[in-house]
Amino acid sequence: MAFDKSEVEKIAHLARLQLSDSEADEVTVRIGDILRLIDQMQSVNTDAVEPLAHPLDVVQRLREDEITEKDQREELQTLAPNCRDGLYLVPKVLE
Amino acid sequence: MEWETVIGLEVHVQLSTKSKLFSGSATKFGADPNTQANIYDLAMPGTLPVLNRDALRMAVRFGVAIGAEIGKRSVFDRKNYFYPDLPKGYQVSQLDYPIVGKGSLTVTLDDGSEKVIGITRAHMEEDAGKSLHEDYEGMTAIDLNRAGTPLLEIVSEPDIRSAREAVAYLKKLHSIIRYLDISDAIMAQGSMRCDANISIRPKGETELSTRTEIKNINSFRFVEKAINYEVRRQREVLEDGGRIVQETRLYDADKDETRSMRSKEVANDYRYFPEPDLLPIVIDEAYIAAIRAKLPELPDAKKLRFRDEYGLGEYDAGVLVSSRELAEYFETVARGSGDAKLAANWVTGELQALLNKHNWEVNDSPIQADRLATLVARIKDETISGKIAKTVFESMLDDSSEVDAIIESKGLKQVTDSAAIEKIVDEVIAGNPNQVQQYKEGKHQVIGFLVGQAMKLSQGKANPGQVNALLKEKLK
Amino acid sequence: MIEKTVAELSVALASGDISSVELTQAYLNRIAELNTELNAFITVCDESALDQARAADAARANGEAGALLGIPMAHKDIFCTQGISTTCGSRMLQNFVSPYDATVVKRFKAAGAVTLGKTNMDEFAMGSSNENSFFGPVRNPWDTNRVPGGSSGGSAAAVAAGLCAMATGTDTGGSIRQPAAFCGITGFKPSYGRVSRWGMIAFASSLDQAGTLCQSAEDAALMMNVMAGLDSKDSTSIDRDVEDYTATLDDSLDGLKIGIPRQHFAQGLNAEVEQAIRDALREYEKLGATIKEIDLPNNHLSVSAYYVVAPAEASANLSRYDGVRYGYRCENPLDLEDMYKRSRSEGFGDEVKRRIMVGTYALSAGYYDAYYRKAQKIRRLIKNDFNAAFEEVDIIVGPTSPHTAFKLGAKSDPVAMYLEDIYTIAANLAGLPAISIPGGMVNGLPIGLHLVGNDFAEAKVLNIAHQFQQQTGWHRRKPSAFTQEG
Repeated sequence: MAFDKSEVEKIAHLARLQLSDSEADEVTVRIGDILRLIDQMQSVNTDAVEPLAHPLDVVQRLREDEITEKDQREELQTLAPNCRDGLYLVPKVLE
Repeated sequence: MEWETVIGLEVHVQLSTKSKLFSGSATKFGADPNTQANIYDLAMPGTLPVLNRDALRMAVRFGVAIGAEIGKRSVFDRKNYFYPDLPKGYQVSQLDYPIVGKGSLTVTLDDGSEKVIGITRAHMEEDAGKSLHEDYEGMTAIDLNRAGTPLLEIVSEPDIRSAREAVAYLKKLHSIIRYLDISDAIMAQGSMRCDANISIRPKGETELSTRTEIKNINSFRFVEKAINYEVRRQREVLEDGGRIVQETRLYDADKDETRSMRSKEVANDYRYFPEPDLLPIVIDEAYIAAIRAKLPELPDAKKLRFRDEYGLGEYDAGVLVSSRELAEYFETVARGSGDAKLAANWVTGELQALLNKHNWEVNDSPIQADRLATLVARIKDETISGKIAKTVFESMLDDSSEVDAIIESKGLKQVTDSAAIEKIVDEVIAGNPNQVQQYKEGKHQVIGFLVGQAMKLSQGKANPGQVNALLKEKLK
Repeated sequence: MIEKTVAELSVALASGDISSVELTQAYLNRIAELNTELNAFITVCDESALDQARAADAARANGEAGALLGIPMAHKDIFCTQGISTTCGSRMLQNFVSPYDATVVKRFKAAGAVTLGKTNMDEFAMGSSNENSFFGPVRNPWDTNRVPGGSSGGSAAAVAAGLCAMATGTDTGGSIRQPAAFCGITGFKPSYGRVSRWGMIAFASSLDQAGTLCQSAEDAALMMNVMAGLDSKDSTSIDRDVEDYTATLDDSLDGLKIGIPRQHFAQGLNAEVEQAIRDALREYEKLGATIKEIDLPNNHLSVSAYYVVAPAEASANLSRYDGVRYGYRCENPLDLEDMYKRSRSEGFGDEVKRRIMVGTYALSAGYYDAYYRKAQKIRRLIKNDFNAAFEEVDIIVGPTSPHTAFKLGAKSDPVAMYLEDIYTIAANLAGLPAISIPGGMVNGLPIGLHLVGNDFAEAKVLNIAHQFQQQTGWHRRKPSAFTQEG
């Protein structure tokens, strides 16, 4: 599959990563190499194979609908880069 | 050209669990910002989800109620996108294997006819937090209390053909959800939210055409207005030779218009994949059967019963079952008063008018059902007339004493003493010779005027039936 | 004293030969002396460690016992530790002090173990050499010009150099076993779901599993007795009885059927390593085992499938690092997009960014079937291969790594680095328990013998590893430069 710099720019944006022009060039090469490694998978026909999403063949457990958490806002917000009045602050979205 | 409108609705309903979908944080509405956001809700590193038993039960309850296929094996997926009110950078939702599959809802249209609207699916997912765009030093403020609240997203087929039908569908959905007690479903508080997919096509065309999606419409009235606006807009675009762009639009209630959410965002690519922190949810027939056995009587069944058991008309029955609370209120009045039809008149008449006037829910009514039942009983046993009852009803609004005490203290008790009535009737005959003459000449409709005069004289307290009978007797 | 195994230290503590405070101080002294050179620890908790040691001694004086009571240990810095910096080897979390304890950490605390500190690692556990840490590379105690392996390189180096008695690690594609092999220690990865992932910072959720780095299989069994078990906070932790893993360590291997995969003795395997492995296998024959060649026909695709599944899951798992609620935020962001992009680009290292992008690509519209779904199908084939193999044999044995520890900077090409894990990755894809034990020496460097067991056969795997260690002394070898004087 073709993989070029425009793809890198697209996925960098989707992943919210910033790449300089030269970084994008380097990443294009590196990821191209990785994709070639990955593409070895295509050598096997898997049409009749059921995908395996998870190594555990068990089902989801359920928890009771109970409030087990207390308010930890003060403690947790000491970790935040920018807070005011109990709210997390972020720069505005610019249109 | 004649156009046909095609609408599909995506309704998000907050399930009324005590705790969140995947964490033990509280879900109470209106708490101080971020006081109900624990380490999982904040996506702290290393935290993991465990599914809330009741959220699953409520989702299945809905599915069973609408006769839908239930996903015996359903799977959560991650839907990836960045937004500051989405702490994990993905929303845990369900894509390929939703908990509720195909079902349907029957709605009553304005002309009284019934229409079946298909429901494609309903799936569980997490709600996001809230972004507050008011000015916080030029920044956006984030409250994550709502993040992780369980949602049921109910997706309809594109079976809806007008704004009115959309409203009828939404109201029916709202009613069923309230009957099932799985959500407050209060649009103004966001516990029920509606996105509408709208397109128009030449009448007779069967292919779907390009649609727009209107997001976050927060009242039934706005749903109708937003759709009407959007349909008009699309028609104008098409009739001017333009084409509809597939996009998301926002309804602005102040301006009564929809507008494009212009965003630099390239086409969304949500990169769904199975959520590896959760395993497939597997449920069996016994689980579903147990939920089915506990379903309450739903509006359609209740309506039939109201018609059969109480002899109500189609319309009254329909109005009364529209909400579970109203139906319960009515049944209390009907049983307490012993006169279902009269009870229905009062509930759909005076009571509804009162509620509408104050924008109250049934449960907000200052007149409880048992009190209205007594009032209706007093009409039935002729203690008071229907007209006097309205006066009593008014008094009951700010007088919480017993209904009988109000009637007594205000001297509103109907006069049924025949001697007293005879005295009034005689006075009326004496005072209205012209009308008496006309009656005797065969203009019998004049009796109404004479009864009215008698009622006036008695200040409304005379039993109109008795007055009528006695007048006829005396004028023979 | 610091050369003793956990089992031996446990006896010494119980008999009163030494106190936990003395032992803890001894390790802290070694860390103070040697960590600058090895860079195995990111955080050292002198004070709290001594507090815990005192508490352990007091508890013992009160009649409490327990194999790990008072044993000084280290946690890989991927485990959240309440009140202690938890960096995951990343600038993104450089200043992150966890508000809670991982279940693994809690369990060791409850058992009375002493936390000496947090060990260095490849950033977000992405790496096979520990060169991808924001806090600098870890050096291999056997040769400080060489890497210790990764991503649990700090834990492996710390155990090998006697900076702690035991350490936790995590293994997503070999991250416990490969550094254990490079550092000449015992590294055990249990079955997926056996140990809780709550509080273990996620790299690839369906592959990550916590495990042990220590000096012997017996020590691993002691650690597993504490770590393993159902955790209601982790939906993927399994509800299955936990055995006493020490109970069957001494079981005889007579009649044991060992499978050696042809594919693991093929091209790419260093000849001396191969010889060492074959020698090790002869030890098993002496113990009554029979050796049989088996096929794992899809093993060669495990690296490919892994480099879809792991980056895909990682790309989502690492989206939470957005500079909003905790972690690194760039200076003076212009707007929201700028904050996201610069915070993440400045906060993550190159390898992490590369994998996020590979994963994003593999999941993106139009590629999902060709990559992610295909990888899941390959994953099924790999699991099926193991199922078939375990019909015939009790354990699968081979090399942990194709060669001994390589030099720092020797593998700058990501793909070359990825192929390091060719023998270990399949066990993660299939969720199987696996261990690397010292199996010999090549040119003065240790090599790892890799044992893979069937689902939830941890007791069996530990038994088979332990019997080898009863027979041989490889696990007793120490890097001479880091052997305690006197």
